[in-house]
Amino acid sequence: MTTSTAKTRVKTPAKSAYWAGVRDGAPFILMAIPFATLFGVIATDAGLTLAQAMGFTVLVIAGAAQFAALQLMVENASIAFVLLAALAVNLRMAMYSASLVPYLGAAPLWQRACIAYLNFDQTYITSIARYEARPEMTVSDRVAYFLGVATPITPFWFGMTLVGVVAGQAIPDAWALDFIMPIMFLAMVAPMVKSLAHVAAAAMSVSVALALVNMPAGTGLLIAAGAAMLTGALVEMWMERRAQ
Amino acid sequence: MTYSAAEIWLIIAIMGIGTFLIRFSFLGLIGDRAMPAFVLRLLRYTPVAVLPGMVAPLVLWPAATDGVFDPVRMAAAVATVLIGIWTRNVLWAILGGAATLYALMGLSALL
Repeated sequence: MTTSTAKTRVKTPAKSAYWAGVRDGAPFILMAIPFATLFGVIATDAGLTLAQAMGFTVLVIAGAAQFAALQLMVENASIAFVLLAALAVNLRMAMYSASLVPYLGAAPLWQRACIAYLNFDQTYITSIARYEARPEMTVSDRVAYFLGVATPITPFWFGMTLVGVVAGQAIPDAWALDFIMPIMFLAMVAPMVKSLAHVAAAAMSVSVALALVNMPAGTGLLIAAGAAMLTGALVEMWMERRAQ
Repeated sequence: MTYSAAEIWLIIAIMGIGTFLIRFSFLGLIGDRAMPAFVLRLLRYTPVAVLPGMVAPLVLWPAATDGVFDPVRMAAAVATVLIGIWTRNVLWAILGGAATLYALMGLSALL
C-alpha cells in the first residue's frame, strides 16, 4: 500500500503509462530479432548495400512490406509494380490509423506524426487493446503508452537488421521462429474477442482471407478486413436490437 | 537484381514516404473532429478484422513447410487462441502457444 502511493507520487501518470507500454511491448523483441536479422541477410543476398538495407528498415519500418518489396526486386519487377505491391501490403495500416482517431485524435499534430511513423501491427494492437480496456486514460497517457510499446521493439528491429547484414547468417530454420509471428499475432488478438460480434468478425476475416489468398499482395486481406468490420458492426447492431 | 543504386534509393524513399502517409492518413487529417457513429462502430472491429485474416494462411500453409499443412503448427495456433481467450493475457497465450509448438516438435522428432 505504502509503496504504491510512493510510486504514484514519484511517477507522473504519463510516465507510468510509458513504462506500462515498455513492459507490454517487451515480448515483441522476440519477434523482431529473427525477422529483422532475416531481412538483413536477404537484403544483402539480393545485392543491397548496408546503407540501403538500413535505409529500408529505418524509413519503411514495416516487416511484411519490406519482405514483399525485396522479393519483387530480386525478380526484377518494374519499379512501379514493386511500389504498388509493397504499399498495398501496408494499406491495412490506414485502417489502424482510422481506428486510433477516437483515442488519439486530440493529441498535438507532431505527436500524431510520431505515432504514425511507429504505427505497425505490434504497437497498434497492443495499444488499442489497452485503450479499449481503460477508457479513462487521458490522451497524453495514451500517447505515452504507444511510445512505450514502440520503445523495446524499434531499436531491435534496426539493430538486428544491421546484425543480419554484417553477420550474413539467419537463425536456423530448425528453431521454427517462422511461427513465432503467427503465435504472437494470435496471442494479441485472442484476448480482444469479447462478444459474438467479435467472433463473427474474426470468422469472416479468416474465411474471406483464405478464399482470396491468391489475390495480389495484400489486396485479399483488405477485402477480408472490410467484410469482417462490416460483419462485426452489423452483428453488434442486431444484438443491441435483440436486447431491447 | 538489375536496378541502379539511384533506382533502389528511389524505391526506398517512395516506400518510406508512402508508408508514412498511409499510417498518418486518418490520424493526421481527421484529428479530433467527430466521426459518424456507424464508422466508429466499424472501426471498433479493426483488430479482429485484420489479424485473423493476416495469420490464417500462415497457419494453414506455413512457408517453413513449403505450404504443406503442418499439424504441429496448427495445434500451436489453436492452443494460442484458446489460452488467449481463456486467460485474456497476451503473454500467457504466447508462452502457451510456443510451449505447444516446441513440445509437439520435440515429440514428432522422437517418433
